[in-house]
Amino acid sequence: MKGAIMKQDPLSNSTHDPMMPAGEHSLRVNGLSKNFPLGTGVGAKQLHALEDVSFTIQQGEILALVGESGSGKSTAARLIARLMSPTSGNIHLGDRDVLSIRNKRLARAYRKNVQMIFQDPFSSFNPVHRIEHHLARPIRIHEIAKSKGETQEHIYELLSTVGLNPPREIARKYPYELSGGQRQRVAIARALAVDPQIVLADEPVSMLDVSIRIGVLNLMLRLKEERNLSYLYITHDLASARYIAERTIVLYGGFVMEEAPSDELMLRPHHPYTKLLLSAVPDVNRGFERTSRHTDGEVLSRIDPLPGCPFAARCPNRMTVCTEVTPSITQIEPKRFVRCHLFGEQVSSQ
Amino acid sequence: MKNESQILAIRDLRVRYNSERGPVTAVDGVSFSIMQGEVFGLAGESGCGKSTIAQTILRVLRPPAVITGGSIEFRDRQVLEMTDEELASFRWREVSLVFQSAMNSLNPLITIGDQILDVIQAHTDRNKRDARERAAEMLKRVGIEPDRLRSYPHELSGGMRQRAVIAMALSLEPTLAIMDEPTTALDVLVQRQILEEIEELRTSIGFSILFITHDLSLLVGFSQRIAIMYAGQIVEMSYSSELVREPFHPYTLGLLDSFPSVNGERRKLIGIPGTPPDMSAPPGGCRFHPRCAKAMERCRFVAPQLRELKPDHWVACHLYD
Repeated sequence: MKGAIMKQDPLSNSTHDPMMPAGEHSLRVNGLSKNFPLGTGVGAKQLHALEDVSFTIQQGEILALVGESGSGKSTAARLIARLMSPTSGNIHLGDRDVLSIRNKRLARAYRKNVQMIFQDPFSSFNPVHRIEHHLARPIRIHEIAKSKGETQEHIYELLSTVGLNPPREIARKYPYELSGGQRQRVAIARALAVDPQIVLADEPVSMLDVSIRIGVLNLMLRLKEERNLSYLYITHDLASARYIAERTIVLYGGFVMEEAPSDELMLRPHHPYTKLLLSAVPDVNRGFERTSRHTDGEVLSRIDPLPGCPFAARCPNRMTVCTEVTPSITQIEPKRFVRCHLFGEQVSSQ
Repeated sequence: MKNESQILAIRDLRVRYNSERGPVTAVDGVSFSIMQGEVFGLAGESGCGKSTIAQTILRVLRPPAVITGGSIEFRDRQVLEMTDEELASFRWREVSLVFQSAMNSLNPLITIGDQILDVIQAHTDRNKRDARERAAEMLKRVGIEPDRLRSYPHELSGGMRQRAVIAMALSLEPTLAIMDEPTTALDVLVQRQILEEIEELRTSIGFSILFITHDLSLLVGFSQRIAIMYAGQIVEMSYSSELVREPFHPYTLGLLDSFPSVNGERRKLIGIPGTPPDMSAPPGGCRFHPRCAKAMERCRFVAPQLRELKPDHWVACHLYD
C-alpha cells in the first residue's frame, strides 16, 4: 500500500490535509525573537536567545542554519516546531499563520507537515520500546495507515528507504541494539513516516563518527530529491552545510549575521564572523595552519545585552559604531544579506 | 636538534573483553612506536579499539577486559609488568590521559583548582602552596585566568572544562600525554583554540602526544604520523602528509572521502558504506572486506599482514601483496 508515501503533488493535495493550500508550500519565518526570563519577578534578567530572525524555505530546498553554541539555532528550530512560543515574530506555512493555530486538528496537521530530528541518537528513543513501536506511533497518531497490516507494511518500507535492512529484523530490535548511525536513520524514518513537507534537522550527524556522517547526509539528499522534501539543516559545521544546503544562514548571538547561497558564502564570505568560522574549519587537504586571526573569547553572554553588534568584542574589524548601534540587515547582492556596519548605511566615510 | 629517541613501543598488543556473549576482540596485534616530542595520531571509528589501547598503556583496564598478549615498553621499562608502586609514579608523571568526555567527568563538588591540586599532591612531594602555584600556572598556560581556580565545573563552559582537564593532565609535565577525543562536542572555534594551545604547550614543554580520534581531519597537519585502525588492527600507518597524498588502503581512501570541504570542488562524497563489524564475531580474512569496494576472493579468507610498502609507509592489504 503505497498511498501514504506517494510523492506529494503540489497542486492536488489530500483532501484530509487542512494545512495545505494548493500550490504554496514555503515556510516563512519573520522577525522571530525569543527571550528567556532568568528568575521570576519584575526585575528578572532576560536571556535574548533569538533576535529578529527572518528566512524562507521553499518546497524542495535545504536551508542551513550555522552557528556555535549559544547562537540561537536550536531555539529557532524549537520555535518552528512549536515546542515553545516566540516572544515576537511570526511563522507561516504556505499562507497559514502557524502561531495563531488554536484548533487541535490544525495543530496536529501542522506537526504532520513539520517534523523534527534531534542531535542525540542515544536519547531520542524510548529505550523500552522496539523500533517498530517508535515508527508505528506517528503513523497511528496521524492516521496514515488504516490497519495494523498497512502500518507494518509502511514501517518496513520506511526502514528500507533509509537503508536499514532487513526491515523485519530491524523493526524488532530495541534502540540499544543499533549503532548511533543506525538510530539516526530510524529518526529520519520516524520523521518521514507521516510524509511531511519539511524536516527540521537539529545537528543530525554531529554525534556520529565522521565516516558515518556522509551516509546519513547522502540519505537526506536522496529523500529531498525523491520526495521534494524541504529541510532546515542546523549545524555548527560549515562544511556539511555547504555539502547539503543550497543556502546558508550564519547565526551569532541570536542574530542572522549573513545569508547567501552556500558556495558563495564559503568562497567569498563577507561577514568577519563567517571568515573566522571558515578559518577554523579543519581540512584534510589544508592541514593545520596556525590561525593569525584572533580567536580569543568565550561564547558571549546575551543576558540583558547592551546595544551594538553582538560580535563587536571579538571582531577584528570593529569600529566605534559597532559597540553603540546594532547593525541591521543589508542586502548587498540579489541573494546575499549581511548584518554588519562594514556594509550598512551607518558606515561613516573614513 | 630534536631528540629522536623512542619513548613508547607497543608490540603485538592483544586485548579482549570477556563478555557474557563470549569473548569480544578489542585490540588484535597492534604495534607502533612513538618518538620523543612527536604527535602520533590514532584514527578509527568508534569501537575499533583505540580507546582500549589508551587505557592499556595506563594500565587502567578493568575486568572483563583482559590483556592476552604483546608488550608495551616505555623508555626501557615493561609497562605490563609494572607493580602497583611503579604504576603510581608512572601515571600522571610519565604518561597521562585525557580520556573521552573527561570534561564531563570532573568532580562536580570540588573546584577545578582543588582537583588539579589533588593530582599534583598525590604524585609529588610539593607542599600545598607550591602545588597551588603550579596549578595556577598550568591553568594560565591553557588560557584560564588564575581566579577561576575557585570555580566549580558547572560554572565553566565546555571549552573551559576541557582546558582544565588538559591542564590537569600536563601539570606534572609527563613525557607522553594521551588525548582521547579531546575536542569532540566542542564548537569549531573552541576546538581550533584548544588545538593551538595544546600545540604551543607541546613545543614549550616538549612532551609527546598520542592523539586518538575518529576525526581524521584533526590529525592531518597536527600530528607527524598517523595510524589508521580498523576492527582492532592497524591497516595503514605513515607520515600525515604522505598518508593524505598517497593513501593505499581502501579504508583510508574511504575515510578521506568522508569529509566535505568548504573550499575546492563541490562533489558527491561516497564515504564508507556499512558499519564496523561485531567484534564478538568479526569477518574472516580481511576484516574490512564486507565494506570494501575492491575486495577480492582472497580477502574473504586470508588476513593481510601489515607490510612496509614504502619507507615508513605501512599497509595491510592484499591489493599490494
